[in-house]
Amino acid sequence: MTKSGAAGNAARDRYEAVIGLEVHAQLKTKTKIFCACSTSFGASANTQVCPLCLGLPGVLPVLNGRAVEFAVMTGLAVGATIHPRSVFARKNYFYPDLPKGYQISQYDRPLCEGGGVAIRTAEGPKVIGLVRIHLEEDAGKSLHPEGREGVSTTRVDLNRAGVPLIEIVSEPELRTGEEAYQYLTKLKQILIYLDVCDGNMEEGSLRCDANVSVRPRGQAEFGTKTEIKNLNSFRYVEKAIAYEIDRQIALLESGGRVVQETLLWDSARGVAETMRSKEEAHDYRYFPEPDLLPLDLDAAWIERLRASLPELPDALRARLVRAHGIPDYDAEVLTETRALAAYYEETAARSGHPKLASNWIMTEVNAVRNKIGGSIETFPIRADRLGDLVGMVAAGRVSGKIGKQLFEKMLTDPEGPEALVQKHGLLPIDDDAALRALAREVLAANPGPTAEFRAGKEKTFAYLVGQAMKQSRGRAHPEKLQAALRAVLAEESS
Amino acid sequence: MSADGILASAEAIAADVASGKRSAVEVVTSFLAQADRTADTLRTYLHRMPEAALETAAAIDRRRAAKESLGPLAGVPIAIKDNICVRGVPTTCGSRILERYCPPYDAHVIERLRAADAVIVGKTNCDEFAMGSSTENSAYAVTRNPWDPERVPGGSSGGSAATVAACEAPLSLGSDTGGSVRQPAAFCGVYGLKPTYGAVSRYGLVAFASSLDQIGPFARTARDTALVQSAICGRDARDMTSRAEATPIDLNDLERPVAGLTIGVPRAILDEAGDALAPSIRAALTSAASAFERAGATLIDVALPHARYAIATYYLIAPAEASSNLARYDGVRYGVRRGDGDLRAMYEATRGAGFGREVTRRILLGTYALSAGYYDAFYLRAQKVRTLIRQDFLEALGRCDAILMPVTPTPAFPIGEKADDPLAMYLSDIFSIPASLAGVPGLSFPATFDATGLPIGLQLVGRPFDERTILRVARAYEREHDAASRVPPLAAAGGGAP
Repeated sequence: MTKSGAAGNAARDRYEAVIGLEVHAQLKTKTKIFCACSTSFGASANTQVCPLCLGLPGVLPVLNGRAVEFAVMTGLAVGATIHPRSVFARKNYFYPDLPKGYQISQYDRPLCEGGGVAIRTAEGPKVIGLVRIHLEEDAGKSLHPEGREGVSTTRVDLNRAGVPLIEIVSEPELRTGEEAYQYLTKLKQILIYLDVCDGNMEEGSLRCDANVSVRPRGQAEFGTKTEIKNLNSFRYVEKAIAYEIDRQIALLESGGRVVQETLLWDSARGVAETMRSKEEAHDYRYFPEPDLLPLDLDAAWIERLRASLPELPDALRARLVRAHGIPDYDAEVLTETRALAAYYEETAARSGHPKLASNWIMTEVNAVRNKIGGSIETFPIRADRLGDLVGMVAAGRVSGKIGKQLFEKMLTDPEGPEALVQKHGLLPIDDDAALRALAREVLAANPGPTAEFRAGKEKTFAYLVGQAMKQSRGRAHPEKLQAALRAVLAEESS
Repeated sequence: MSADGILASAEAIAADVASGKRSAVEVVTSFLAQADRTADTLRTYLHRMPEAALETAAAIDRRRAAKESLGPLAGVPIAIKDNICVRGVPTTCGSRILERYCPPYDAHVIERLRAADAVIVGKTNCDEFAMGSSTENSAYAVTRNPWDPERVPGGSSGGSAATVAACEAPLSLGSDTGGSVRQPAAFCGVYGLKPTYGAVSRYGLVAFASSLDQIGPFARTARDTALVQSAICGRDARDMTSRAEATPIDLNDLERPVAGLTIGVPRAILDEAGDALAPSIRAALTSAASAFERAGATLIDVALPHARYAIATYYLIAPAEASSNLARYDGVRYGVRRGDGDLRAMYEATRGAGFGREVTRRILLGTYALSAGYYDAFYLRAQKVRTLIRQDFLEALGRCDAILMPVTPTPAFPIGEKADDPLAMYLSDIFSIPASLAGVPGLSFPATFDATGLPIGLQLVGRPFDERTILRVARAYEREHDAASRVPPLAAAGGGAP
């Protein structure tokens, strides 16, 4: 095994990587794709099973219409062609977690073909084409607990068997691990916008296999590819691809040849190791599933789904820029999820200051979310209260500094910002008499610096302002305070 | 209609039970007694359930006493082929690999039969996973033909055909993939219907070849056959291939004469068969055709030009589907498990010990036909020929109301004759397989007996979902002939005679 990074920079520049991704996304249906068992995650092993998902003799699959709907929505969202007729096929192989000895999938007649996902790369925007999106059922889960000395056991949990999946296959148009990362992030965002997949990689709702090959720059033919499996996070995908590109380049540079094989990514060690070679590859003996009729979709139904699609990330981002005049960067951050964008739009409207609203969400709100985790839906300050706060700051009712204090209090206190200002005595001091009284107090308490200022040391003024501001607990109106200080200093020296 | 003993029709029994003339317990007791006499000799059953049957019968009698209305099969015993799931009752498919396996649910047809107040009396013997034409491929027993115990009852639903022929039950269910209801019905001298593909839900039928399998009834009269078909047909949400076009049959329709109907005879097929078609069957066919003509039907010649490829086509499609359908018997979750080495060793030991030779042969055939590089030449091509065969039938049935043809090339053959010659065995289905591939209904009706006393059945093939017309034609024949009312000597001896 060649060490990662063995290919020198010069060698790297002579090659181009060709990467295609196969993504499996678990659809958020309540029940499985071919039976009425629940799809919820985390139940005790083998409690969400029935004769069908156990593969008992005599039972037949019945297609879940909701799964079809979700798959078609995904296809529409990425601009794929939705085939009015698609065909389920059996993919035959033996494994203990595959109860029927075949997986019901789609093969030569998938539900969707074509379409693409727009990403941003270092070289600018790029659309990654899709080969296809098809529907299939998930297998169960094999667990290999540490057995007694020398005894290996496998336990099978079939709760997941029959959970609906879509497989999304990209064209080999990705060139770097970073692009793969961008593609996956964008794809996940689309799925979450559509609310067809929860995108949770830890729970296996989103899985990814990568096909990687390299070729000398300028060469049209693809090199020999390898497939990497067990990529449990987007960062692993990025790392594993970078590792594999390097390994293949180093291999070719040293006169070797890439062997077509399936590799397993070991995230702990940061290496990909052979799982099976081409010779051991399965012949899945696909054939049309005789227990299911071809899937015929009504054109009007597809059009109704198209019309009901939610606004997708790219369109929403463009609209936020247009409607609120915020920078594209802000719009990108704020469209992370539909809920965040909605939160922003409500805050912006309530405050009347779209850019300031954006600043508050990108800094204050996201900082807290990063710390406590959780989505915007469960954030303790709802958009109406944040909008009021931003509005108060924008109108100069409170300073930015007081605004942040209010924000802190609002995290635990459900009252609105105006009520909290009253409750905690945070009203600004902008009355001239009050400010002069404050100035006198501060000068009296700081005879030294006052004398220095009077002796002509102008710099000391800033110190005196700071002391006064501190004394007012930040409430003093900054400009008026300065004016008051100067006035009092002038008075006293006269 | 008389309802004496075990020769009564299901229709008469249900009427008697409903009217209180006989109790369901009485009825069931008399059939159980007949089975006690003959079932061990004939090996018709893999599992008998006398206690459960008597309990069901007693419950029906109690409901009658309580003035509750009863179903159309009230108190009628029915035997079930062992590849149809009955909750809590062993369902082995005649295979070692499912020895002692009991399904946790009832098949759709079982639910329907229970709702009709039929009484399930046991699970009948069959070729392992319904693969065979003689019931010799059962892992447990060889069923004998009630007309000649040295001969096979046909297969794969041999137990279901033989139990009705021997009057152990007036009704039974079998399954037909390439002739497994029609061929044993012909060998045993009873009615056997393979409904249109999609007419009866396959939910709970252990799959052999999913695109061909259909559950169908055996009975000793055309009307009883229609009665069972009416009870079990129709759309079932648990089988996406089941169809609402399959509706119950009005028994009055069966009494309408055949005058005005057109009956097609595929002369070319009969000529092509040459000596392979037994003269007794050829003669029976000619005679039946004349009888229909005399009754006012019009006879025409129909061509089924692609039927000659039916066996080759069938032996690609059926094994291909079987190789996949039988993959689930891996010893992991239920059934027999052998071997405690690694996974592969467990699979090999389990499947090696669990499957018989014919099943193994078909799994290998099917696996090969679906393999990369062979799929287009074998499976895909077979599907195309299948489409041509279906078109042949639909075209022919556009010109006639029913096609009259043989069910089998010969009457029942001796046990052991073809057991070691799979090709000869496959050829015995040459006349039943075409309708299976076409998905159209086929009825085997008892026509006559040959010189040695063996029954001869003939086949009527109908339009999709038009089971009523072929049953009507068979009923017209039944009214004029007595072939169906004869009882095998073995069954008649000792009691139950009218």
